[in-house]
Amino acid sequence: MSAPSLPSVPHDGTDAEARPVFAEERKILGLAASTWPGILAPLGIGILALFAWEWAVNAYQIPNYVLPGPKLIGQTLVADWALLATSLQVTLTITLQALAAAVFFGVTLAVLFTQSKWLEKSLLPYAVILQVTPVVSIAPLIIIWTDNNVTLSLLICAWIVAFFPILSNTILGLNSADHNLINLFQMYGASRWQTLRYLKLPAALPYFLGGLRISGGLALIGAVVAEFVAGTGGSASGLAYRILESGYQLKIPRMFAALLVISMTGIAIFLIISWVTHLLLRHWHESAVKREN
Amino acid sequence: MTDIATKEGATKAAPVVCSIRGVSKQFANGTLAVHDVNLDLRHGEFLSLLGPSGCGKSTLLRMLAGLGSPSAGTIDWPSVDHELGFVFQDPTLMPWANALGNVMLPLKLKGVARADAEARSAEMLALVGLKGFEKSYPRELSGGMKMRVSIARALVTRPEILLMDEPFAALDEITRHRLNDDLLKLWWERRFTAVFVTHSVFESVYLSQRIVVMAARPGRVMADLAVGGPYPRDDQFRTSADYAQLCRIASDSLKKAIAL
Repeated sequence: MSAPSLPSVPHDGTDAEARPVFAEERKILGLAASTWPGILAPLGIGILALFAWEWAVNAYQIPNYVLPGPKLIGQTLVADWALLATSLQVTLTITLQALAAAVFFGVTLAVLFTQSKWLEKSLLPYAVILQVTPVVSIAPLIIIWTDNNVTLSLLICAWIVAFFPILSNTILGLNSADHNLINLFQMYGASRWQTLRYLKLPAALPYFLGGLRISGGLALIGAVVAEFVAGTGGSASGLAYRILESGYQLKIPRMFAALLVISMTGIAIFLIISWVTHLLLRHWHESAVKREN
Repeated sequence: MTDIATKEGATKAAPVVCSIRGVSKQFANGTLAVHDVNLDLRHGEFLSLLGPSGCGKSTLLRMLAGLGSPSAGTIDWPSVDHELGFVFQDPTLMPWANALGNVMLPLKLKGVARADAEARSAEMLALVGLKGFEKSYPRELSGGMKMRVSIARALVTRPEILLMDEPFAALDEITRHRLNDDLLKLWWERRFTAVFVTHSVFESVYLSQRIVVMAARPGRVMADLAVGGPYPRDDQFRTSADYAQLCRIASDSLKKAIAL
């Protein structure tokens, strides 16, 4: 966090001298010095574990179809990359489309709910029902209803899973605007639209982003789980189908490689959303500030 | 009463900008927050509402701002298009907007063109002593500076009446004195009508031409004191014998209000 450039204040005992001081951190390779241990420590543990795993697989002669070593998994990942990349593209497309739909419907419904208490009272219970029903159990129904359009059914399943955190967090955020600020907007005769645009939506932003971070991971899980249930087959198959297929064919290293790709995708989605959150909130929200006490 | 603190004092001649007649406010839970208040606000005067907590001074102020209507009585504004400014106890700034953006808010809500609004807001920020801090976000400012931004926001529309609800209660004494001085300077130059809610005898005497002392349960007006000290006021006034005497009178009046 770099200190904002502001005029220097003469020492005259004014309130300007009492401004808070923000921690300015030394940077190493573009990242704050204090963030590096958080990256290096788990990385070190991970590398150690991989070595131990590789050693154990060799030392105890564990067959590949029970537990392949990390080296073999890495080699499979490279060798089968063309196949896995095609599947990744399918899964990622569904994930991102579902997330986009979740953002659109989540935010739109949240805004409508805050404009009309009746709408919220009548519809929110159904959103909750949608949330608590396991997606695995409704996936077969959705496949029937979408007339065997597999891509659409996967999209709907992933959307159902990703939609609720955005809806409930955005509702909470829209209702958390400072009461005195609402009064101030009233005093200046602000319209509903102005109150929404200039007060409620900005106040809801940190909450929305919190929901988005949860939903990003859930959209991916939804897309994978739905594919496990639906199965796709044919050329346009996602990563879940690759895992099932590899299992049937006892190509266990490829199964692990597909699993690795899913995990990495989830981590990438999480990091991107965290980065966007930081960019949007760094100027004002307490969660993005480091203070020197 | 002495000659420097007389009932219904010097500002009698100025036109009435707001007349409060028989105003009561009862909350839904039965609490009678304000009971039968009669008061005339006169153009350009600096009036303080002084009283213990729970005397309904804030409720009365909020009703003047149009936040909540009286249960009984009327609040009458002779001028149809009366512009109001309001300063809350907390700075109540939007954390996502910088100082300039916060001051611009009332103009933006009124549909003033952006360039014009920006120029006027920057000028107002300079007037409260925050030139150079236009781009600073509230979290980068001290408590006193945030309150200055809040005052700038209230004054940017050039209101005829500025309503203030214990704006400096949370600040340290040095900062409070400085803000009191700066507020008086602004009032002296711009001549708005100021209504200042406070529970501090010293603050009310230092600032006001007129102190309305209120008592609690139910909230009602106990005394209407004129403060005759000349303006502009500064530290000399703060340490004068007149000031001390005025404080004693106001303090006695407040004590009587609390004892009831």
